[in-house]
Amino acid sequence: MIALAFVFALLFSSVFPSSFAWAVEPDEILADPVLEARARDLSAELRCLVCQNQSIDDSDAPLAKDLRVLVRERLVAGDSDADIRSYLVARFGEFVLLKPSMSLANLLLWLTAPVALLIGAATAFWRVRKNSGRAEADLSPEEERALARILNDKT
Amino acid sequence: MSNAFPIAELGHYALVLALALALVQSVLPLWGAKTNDARLMGIAPTAALAGFAFVAFAFAALTTAYVTSDFSVRNVWENSHSAKPLLFKFSGVWGNHEGSMLLWVLILSLFAALVAVFGRALPKSLLATVLSVQGWIASAFLAFILATSNPFARLDPAPVEGRDLNPILQDIGLAIHPPMLYLGYVGFSIAFAFAVAALIDGRVDSAWARWVRPWTLTAWMFLTAGIAMGSYWAYYELGWGGWWFWDPVENASFMPWIAGTALLHSSIVMEKRGALKIWTILLAIMTFSLSLLGTFLVRSGVLTSVHTFATDPTRGVFILLILVGFIGGSLALFAWRAPLLKPGGLFAPISREGALVFNNLFLVAATATVLVGTLYPLGLEAFTDKKISVGAPFYNLTFGPLMIPVLLAMPFGPMLAWKRGDLAGVAQRLSAALVAAGFAVVLTLVLTGAENLLAPLGAGLGIWLIAGAIVEIADRIKLFRTDFATSWSRLKGLPRSAFGSMLGHSGIGISVIGIAIVTGFQAETITTLKPGETATVASYELRYDGAAPRTGPNYREDVAHFTVTRAGGAPIAMQPTKRFYEARKSGTTEAAIETIWFSQIYLSIGEWSDDGALVVRAYYKPMITLVWLGALVMSFGGLVSLTDRRLRIGIPRRAKKRAVAAIPEPAG
Repeated sequence: MIALAFVFALLFSSVFPSSFAWAVEPDEILADPVLEARARDLSAELRCLVCQNQSIDDSDAPLAKDLRVLVRERLVAGDSDADIRSYLVARFGEFVLLKPSMSLANLLLWLTAPVALLIGAATAFWRVRKNSGRAEADLSPEEERALARILNDKT
Repeated sequence: MSNAFPIAELGHYALVLALALALVQSVLPLWGAKTNDARLMGIAPTAALAGFAFVAFAFAALTTAYVTSDFSVRNVWENSHSAKPLLFKFSGVWGNHEGSMLLWVLILSLFAALVAVFGRALPKSLLATVLSVQGWIASAFLAFILATSNPFARLDPAPVEGRDLNPILQDIGLAIHPPMLYLGYVGFSIAFAFAVAALIDGRVDSAWARWVRPWTLTAWMFLTAGIAMGSYWAYYELGWGGWWFWDPVENASFMPWIAGTALLHSSIVMEKRGALKIWTILLAIMTFSLSLLGTFLVRSGVLTSVHTFATDPTRGVFILLILVGFIGGSLALFAWRAPLLKPGGLFAPISREGALVFNNLFLVAATATVLVGTLYPLGLEAFTDKKISVGAPFYNLTFGPLMIPVLLAMPFGPMLAWKRGDLAGVAQRLSAALVAAGFAVVLTLVLTGAENLLAPLGAGLGIWLIAGAIVEIADRIKLFRTDFATSWSRLKGLPRSAFGSMLGHSGIGISVIGIAIVTGFQAETITTLKPGETATVASYELRYDGAAPRTGPNYREDVAHFTVTRAGGAPIAMQPTKRFYEARKSGTTEAAIETIWFSQIYLSIGEWSDDGALVVRAYYKPMITLVWLGALVMSFGGLVSLTDRRLRIGIPRRAKKRAVAAIPEPAG
């Protein structure tokens, strides 16, 4: 967090010394609320290219403003969300997307969550089963319950 | 501003002595533990206490230089100003790279000193080994500071005035957030040291888990509060009302938190049932490794750009070596020694242990997701020159779904019996919580006119967690199943840790409600107002009354005056400002925030145009304070748990005997 603040401070102080304006400004807002809502949703997924991990919707950088205006121009011209995204990727590269594409290069990125979960679940399941198979004969069901009750009360 | 007293040189010298002591502490006690030499082992606590004293002296020296505005010290000149308010002269000490590393080492040596003081009941060889491992970490970071980040470098001639602290950091947040965060981050080094000591020893038992628990709890407690504090700071300071950005720097502190939460839970199983030993050791190593990784990410500059890192790599490479050394070394030690550790108690899949394994499974998968999300762009750029961004939309899709099963299952965990639980029985006992959750969903739907479905479900989930935690306590004291007096005496007899876990789980529920409601129902108005004009946000009307300049100690600001009213309510005065700091030639926007119950009105301003019209951004953020209040409740739960009888000082010796008697431990 502290370095986050540093980075923002850096942006404020060295790159845009006199800029106080931030994020979506009133003059940018489209008259059509449906289009404007789409613009906001799209903007939240597009990176301000000169910022540290900020979306153009949040950023006060002049470049972010240019991109917001650009997105709105394309929307007014009738482009679909996907059109606008691919247009921006063609111009600025995939860096502009805060949600990376599900491409081969990003396969590992997207698969981490499910794969980590599956491997973990398989390991845990296998171990617990292996262990629980060994444990059965130790106590009778009554004893189990009595023990559970005692442990429940005391812990 | 005189050079008469060489405070900086003394501070520098104290750091060198601290390094020498840390090196002694790294080697001799460990050697003593190996050869069973009581004198060598006895060095450890003394070295730890003296090391802390020297680092504290160095820190005090730097603080003195800041408070007296001694601009002959380069670090002070770069980050301070004579007109800076006194509080920020103190907190400015760690508002820069060198000072924050010194704070890091100060807290590390503080923890080592605390272990030396409170760990007298530990077996001598364990204490010696733990402090030796702490000594390795201290040596590495002291060497790092002395070699690459000396905060005591002088300037000759001394400048007359300093360059001032970054305006964004001139906030009470800087005074609280980094120390809390570091107490958490660095506190996990104790769990790490205990884990490595257990591996060196080749044996570990339930008593070990009990000794580590208070340290893990302490670290977790501070990290929880520290992250919440940082989030609130970003919320009010950065001016657009966001409170979590999935920024790599935030992730750097969030990863140790998730892993630490998993560690807290797995160590319960280890303590109570002797199971999951190897896993708990691994988690302790992983948690502190993630803290180190976070330090590397934040301190090396690698996040700003891989190429910046490559062009000025001194600091980055040094921390990278520390990182590789400690993570690689401890994992290698783990691979070598862990097979020696005997697995412990057995349990069925449906049991308290099973529930805690479930918790760990999802938390670790979530940690892995955040880790890969944070590092993937760096790796991709380094190896293929392809640049991608991984931001909030990615985490919403991957991290979010991993949390839902954990939260849904959370109330079940504490109610399941150890070893073999009865899921249907627990579900039945939780029916009251389920009814409460269902009621919350319906109520939210009715109140908000069914415009959004996810938020009411989220609110219901939060109530499920809170009600589940309360039901668990009610169940344990047999509330309504016996007479009230018996319930009351049972309640008084419950261990503090039971209340700790109730608060912890309720805290999550409170945060979930806040997140769901504010995400679903926040209102935003962006407009331009001239003096006298009004705008509305949610059910509030705000009138712009005009602006006036004001002068602060080291800044000047333009204050915009607003009157906010709700039909039938009293008017509220709100004054967002725009500040300009002369020394840095830079500014900040200071949002005005009005808290109404748990909700907030957030008012932030932009540019004035020539005709006096002002750009205004107003939010109504319903229930937003619950997001942070929940975290504070969680943290408080940690504190309550920490006061549990079994964790108190002097108890470990007795606890050990009992634990050893209860669970036959194979000799390692």
